Amino acid sequence: MIDRDQVLHVARLARLALTEDEVETMARELSGILEHVDRISQLDLDQVEPTDHVVDLENVLRPDEPRPSWPREQILDPAPDPADGAFRVPSPQAEA
Amino acid sequence: MPDLLELTASQASKALEAKEFSADEYLDAWQEAASKDDLNAYLWRDDTRNGERGTGNGSPNGHLGVPIAIKDLFCTEGTPTTAGSRILEGYRPPYTATAVRKLIEAGTPVLGKTNMDEFAMGSSNENSAFGPVLNPWDRERVPGGSSGGSAAAVAGGLAPWAIGTDTGGSIRQPASLCGIVGMKPTYGAVSRYGMVAFASSLDQCGPLTRDVSDAALLLATLQGRDPCDSTSVGIDGGIKPPDREDLKGLRFAVPSGLAMDGVEAGVKSTFAATLKTIEELGGEVGEAALPHADHGISAYYVIAPAEASANLARYDGVRYGLRVPADELLGMYEGTRAAGFGAEVKRRIMLGTYALSSGYYEAYYGQALKVRTKIAEDFAKAFAEFDFVVTPTSPSVAFKLGEKTDDPLAMYLNDYFTVPMPLAGIPAISIPAGLAEPDGGGPQLPVGFQIAGPAFSENAILDAAFALERAIGFDARPPGVG
Amino acid sequence: MAEYEPVIGLEIHVHLQTRTKMFCGCELSFGDEPNVHTCPVCLAHPGVLPVTNERAIRYALMIAAALGCKVAPRSIFHRKNYFYPDNPKAYQISQYDIPLATGGRLGDVRIHRVHLEEDAAKMIHVGESGRIHGSGASLVDFNRAGTPLVEIVTEPDLRSACEVRAWAQLLQTTVRQLGVSDVQMEEGSLRVDGNVSLRPAGSEELGIKTELKNMNSFKFLERGIEAEIERQRGLLEASEAVIQETLHFDPGSGSLTPLRSKEYEHDYRYFPEPDLVPLAPTEEMLREATEALPELPAERDERYRKELDLSPEVATLLAAEPKSADLFEQVAAQVARRDIPAQVVANWVTGEVAAALRRRDDGSDASNVAPDLLAQLIGMVNSKQLSHTVAKGILPAIIFEGRDPEQLVEEQGLGQIGGGEELEGVVEAAIEAEPEAAEQVREGNQKAIGRIVGAVMKETKGRADGGEVQRLIHDKLGV
Ligand SMILES: [Mg+2]
Ligand SMILES: [Zn+2]
Repeated sequence: MIDRDQVLHVARLARLALTEDEVETMARELSGILEHVDRISQLDLDQVEPTDHVVDLENVLRPDEPRPSWPREQILDPAPDPADGAFRVPSPQAEA
Repeated sequence: MPDLLELTASQASKALEAKEFSADEYLDAWQEAASKDDLNAYLWRDDTRNGERGTGNGSPNGHLGVPIAIKDLFCTEGTPTTAGSRILEGYRPPYTATAVRKLIEAGTPVLGKTNMDEFAMGSSNENSAFGPVLNPWDRERVPGGSSGGSAAAVAGGLAPWAIGTDTGGSIRQPASLCGIVGMKPTYGAVSRYGMVAFASSLDQCGPLTRDVSDAALLLATLQGRDPCDSTSVGIDGGIKPPDREDLKGLRFAVPSGLAMDGVEAGVKSTFAATLKTIEELGGEVGEAALPHADHGISAYYVIAPAEASANLARYDGVRYGLRVPADELLGMYEGTRAAGFGAEVKRRIMLGTYALSSGYYEAYYGQALKVRTKIAEDFAKAFAEFDFVVTPTSPSVAFKLGEKTDDPLAMYLNDYFTVPMPLAGIPAISIPAGLAEPDGGGPQLPVGFQIAGPAFSENAILDAAFALERAIGFDARPPGVG
Repeated sequence: MAEYEPVIGLEIHVHLQTRTKMFCGCELSFGDEPNVHTCPVCLAHPGVLPVTNERAIRYALMIAAALGCKVAPRSIFHRKNYFYPDNPKAYQISQYDIPLATGGRLGDVRIHRVHLEEDAAKMIHVGESGRIHGSGASLVDFNRAGTPLVEIVTEPDLRSACEVRAWAQLLQTTVRQLGVSDVQMEEGSLRVDGNVSLRPAGSEELGIKTELKNMNSFKFLERGIEAEIERQRGLLEASEAVIQETLHFDPGSGSLTPLRSKEYEHDYRYFPEPDLVPLAPTEEMLREATEALPELPAERDERYRKELDLSPEVATLLAAEPKSADLFEQVAAQVARRDIPAQVVANWVTGEVAAALRRRDDGSDASNVAPDLLAQLIGMVNSKQLSHTVAKGILPAIIFEGRDPEQLVEEQGLGQIGGGEELEGVVEAAIEAEPEAAEQVREGNQKAIGRIVGAVMKETKGRADGGEVQRLIHDKLGV
């Protein structure tokens, strides 16, 4: 139902590196789950409105008033690779 | 002086107000008890006395000094918050979740952070990166999940009460498997701010307690509109202490649309017996069709993973948490997330990403949102005729560790009775209804009874549950507890 | 060989000048130290939730109104999912199938949609990373992350690079007048991306389009679009195919380089943002937005042509320059009772005044000009107290020193010489000084009159009225 290539494509979208075994099990398990889930695609719901929110609220807005930002030391403290007051990351291939 | 650990939270808070003993004595007793955790229920414990003690102002009905166990899904400033995941190991949030802040302001010391299925994904607590939690009733069995640590702590005498989160049953099912009370409030009743997101349109925070009165007392403090959560509204008029003695004039519906095959014999008989008790209390029991509830699992296992795939995308090794270094960005992303997430989390991220990916959205996510509409309509119809819908909380009593770990689908079916309510956004409670053997024999284990009502009917549900609880008179405790 | 017609649509991002970010209370900033305007929300820490900025909605509704768009009765936010270090949640909160507003037009260009979203962080490439050798690294600064953006998408109604530039400038003045953004291309508070395709002239269907990014000034916008049109024309004339891709404009070389697809090909997996509730602008919100609108360039242009019958060129010129337009309107109002046509005032403002300001080039603009003094000057020219030439000469003193024209004329004796003996004498002298020019005029060569007029003007230092001088010469010479 969902094959190896689809698993690899989805894993790339989700930025997950999968081992060979994981690719196999993933294909098998996802297929099993999707087979069950697929039952809903048999339901005729063309006329039904999708529920995107369960609470019926509208226009919940915040006044445009500044709150103090966090001290830089504090927000950089958990950073895996802080540098020059910023978060350092390896460059994307496109720019490297 | 009473045995402090035997008091319910409500009893203790009254005694504390009456100065029968001091808040420090009481906290010491519980810290002592929590330190004996042999269930792997806690991931972190505060054994200092300087844990923040609010003044109790800010609390509608003060439970000053009654400490609490917090599911490790809630951010607590400066103390570890892992969501049961390696990817957040060592992470200390710069802020505190609204629900926890309200408890602290109400004078509730935090005993510790409890173990859970990674990112709240699971029904057995076996998906924690920090080891499974054991069920105090039988240490070879699971406590349920994902709030398994909170449930086991309360049932196992390691905390007077706890909070957890429920997305598809993560409060009600472990409460059921551990023989305690667990309630999922109406979506929007309690702020989600600071609660690590799993499935944002379903997640709700709620109480896990020894009895219904404690659940009400805790929910009274937790609920309320929060300007930091656009989807929060609170509960009009707040939560009153339940005091109902009978069920006269109340109508309870058993859903005819839900399949009872796959439900254990012991669970069935306990459920039947509880329906009798309802009638003895003057309640009416009938049948209501919930034709689409049967599709709850399918809709849930599309919607929740889809939202989770986006909610968990922020764990990318850039700003906090785990990073696996690599010499280019893609490698850093894929390596970090591969190393940081466990198997079930990866499975759900994959499932959700697939369901949203181009070409599949309409067939899966779009269709699931429509099923959600139908399920809500079914409940609305039922509630036009009935006050409550009742079901067993879980198809089975606590199952053995490892029993279902290699069959994800079988594991998902545990949520059969608990997913329709969050899909419809409505509240539901699970109370202990008795003990029963698992199919194929084994020890006597708790069976939960679920009562669901219309949105914001928490007071009515708590009242009914309170009357039923007294009639059932469930007073069993796990071996060696109490 | 077939003639090709460029077809261009624009995607514009406008930074809203609110005090705080779109979904958190951090203050907006430009050019501050990195990461000093951040919080758990805009850094996407676990458990945080967005809450929409009310002023951002108000500003977006003003832009929608200014562009004559239809506001959706109920619009929702979506999550646009993609991994990139400048995107902290790994999804951007944006709008998708139900944007804030649709339709509308500005000038001759139709607006497709207007929607709200949040900006990304800044990334600076820093070459060698400390940790991993032989590889590049980037620094991420989240100050900008979460800045409120309005995205405006046009229909493909533009046909040339200079049309694009002119229209983008009209959009800039329009938005600037709303006071909702400082719309600076150089600072990135106005970003204009182009979708360019070519098609055989006369054909109706669209060719394959490319997307142009990073043109961070009007000059570069025009150049980038021009370059891409040429590139595509080259391909088509060599009967090669244009491939759909995103091109990055390099201001340095003026060259266009394709962005490597590997990092940039996306499946955004849009779905409704569960953390935010729908937006349903109330009657009151909509009224406030429309009432807050000043008169915008397009309307002014219209009014100047219709009510003040200015020539189309001058009307458009003024309408696009709010300050000149204001000066024009004040002066025109003052001289109206001496029934001097508005066109005359418009010519002065867009002509001599603009030129004087340009020459001075010290940052002073039309708003520095005292309307009453300018009105006085124009009045004096009109009543022939002063020749145009002289008026032009003393204009700088009036604009930059605020001198009173009457006085200046007094002091320097610049009053115009009307008819009468004085001028007749000068004219006769000039005719005697230019015998052969006079002869040619008699023989009907009108051009030759110039030399005599010139002589008169030289003698009178430009204070004579040209028309009068010609008339005198003619009857002296009996033609
Ligand atoms: Mg955009
Ligand atoms: Zn912020």
